[in-house]
Amino acid sequence: MNEDIKLSYTVPGDDFTRAGEASAHCKATLKKLGVDPAAIRRVAIALYEGEINLAIHAGGGNIDVTIGDDVCTMHLYDKGPGIPDIPLAMSEGYSTAPDEIRSLGFGAGMGLPNMKKYADTFEISSVVGEGTDIVMTVNI
Amino acid sequence: MSEFVHSVTLDKSICHGCTRCVKRCPTEAIRVHDGVAHILTERCIDCGECIRQCPHHAKKANYDSPELLKNYDLTIALPAPALYGQFNNLEDTDLVLNALKAYGFDRVFEVSAAAELVSDATRHLMKAAADEMKPFISSACPAVVRLIRVRFPNLIDRVLPLIAPAELAARLARQKAVEETGIAPERIGVFFISPCPAKVTAVKMPIGSARSEIDGVLAIKDLYPKLCSLMKTAGDEPLSHAGRIGVSWASSGGESSGLVSVDNYLAADGIENVIRVLEDLEDEKLHDLAFVELNACAGGCVGGVLTVENPYIARAKLAKLRRYMPVSENHLPGSIPPQMLWDTDLEYLPVLELGSTRRERFERYAQLEELRALLPDLDCGACGAPTCAALAEDIVRGYNTLDNCPFLMRKRMQELQSATDETTPEENP
Repeated sequence: MNEDIKLSYTVPGDDFTRAGEASAHCKATLKKLGVDPAAIRRVAIALYEGEINLAIHAGGGNIDVTIGDDVCTMHLYDKGPGIPDIPLAMSEGYSTAPDEIRSLGFGAGMGLPNMKKYADTFEISSVVGEGTDIVMTVNI
Repeated sequence: MSEFVHSVTLDKSICHGCTRCVKRCPTEAIRVHDGVAHILTERCIDCGECIRQCPHHAKKANYDSPELLKNYDLTIALPAPALYGQFNNLEDTDLVLNALKAYGFDRVFEVSAAAELVSDATRHLMKAAADEMKPFISSACPAVVRLIRVRFPNLIDRVLPLIAPAELAARLARQKAVEETGIAPERIGVFFISPCPAKVTAVKMPIGSARSEIDGVLAIKDLYPKLCSLMKTAGDEPLSHAGRIGVSWASSGGESSGLVSVDNYLAADGIENVIRVLEDLEDEKLHDLAFVELNACAGGCVGGVLTVENPYIARAKLAKLRRYMPVSENHLPGSIPPQMLWDTDLEYLPVLELGSTRRERFERYAQLEELRALLPDLDCGACGAPTCAALAEDIVRGYNTLDNCPFLMRKRMQELQSATDETTPEENP
């Protein structure tokens, strides 16, 4: 039984160019730990989608990653506007991203669906006006 | 003197032990200890960046001497397309090819001709492949393939399983010479006239095939002055058999343009840019791409460390040279011949992992974090490692100690000093 490894990141809401730093660092850490490349790929993709969401929709937020013996848990939380209709937000292609974000190639409405697709477990809760909380895991 | 087993040799008498190469190595494969640079061979991808960066020219590219020509009954030159970009006002590649014969080669076989076949084979593979297999990543740059092998395991399946043009040229040239002259294959010497030393490693430790057909790698910069003078008097035998597509391979974007009908490609050059593209590809940040061409050297092969001309000038010269060339002179008869395909799979070499078992890796990671908290995070390089994080990794792997950090050392000296100051008055009243 190994001691869990914990990584924490703050995702800024105003700087697009920095979204991706958390997933890049987490990916490099998992490579050092010798985690199966296929699992690393799923963590990196799910986490990157989450970072982009935090940057676009939530005005920034936090990510805590816990790497245990056989599971990587990613906790993303923010104090953003919240999601009024989660099932709608989870449907592919649905997006509330403004045009300028779409023109950058983001906001295709695949963020949350992709996170769910690449993670082994995915839980989301949100309160309008208070924020969103996501816990997802990938078996490693 | 031969310290490095890769395509780089270090002249210890010239190396100052500065950390310029250490800091610029894209895979953090160099450390300075005992006053000289050392390469961590399992990490080195032969990109040649350290040769480019060394201000003292202590790093020398490793390649073969033309003396080797004497060992064979028949010799064949395989000029890289980048060679044509080195000369001023070159209107006809035949001038260069005739000069190579005048230099002493019995035959010439253009790598650009083989490149056209690789372009054709790539088109075949891309046409047959399902969309989810794409994008394909070019396998032409050996440094890029080695980089993927140690750092991007998830992209290994995307690397085109085709041998590089120089290797294909060697196989075809030898085969043809054997058929036409009856000379035994081992008595024929096949020499690649190369823009980069990574090809030397590609010959000695090939990826994708068990054995290389290239017998020696000669440097463009060595032959260049001799070819310049020989071009004035060389014959005018028509030797060229490659077109625009083959010659285009010399610079970044050329291989992609040779795919003709594919317009959703990306061509990146310069090792730092290449790494960024690979990271993004791995994270699926790049969409709707069919082909990715990556060259470790800025500008593509014309930017190799064994070339003479500025890569951007060379590219402009090649564009001029190509203008009146036919599009392509070489085509596959039908399907891809097996000799063009890799016979050995590319395998992930997890050199970045912290240990051999998961327990060891987790334990070492915890130690790593503790060490990083102690280190100043200045990345000065004075310890011989490129960054504080790299030093911490070296320590947990057992290659270095904290004593080599000058900041921690100074802190300790100051502590000792103040401890001594406090005790001194009592001892010496």
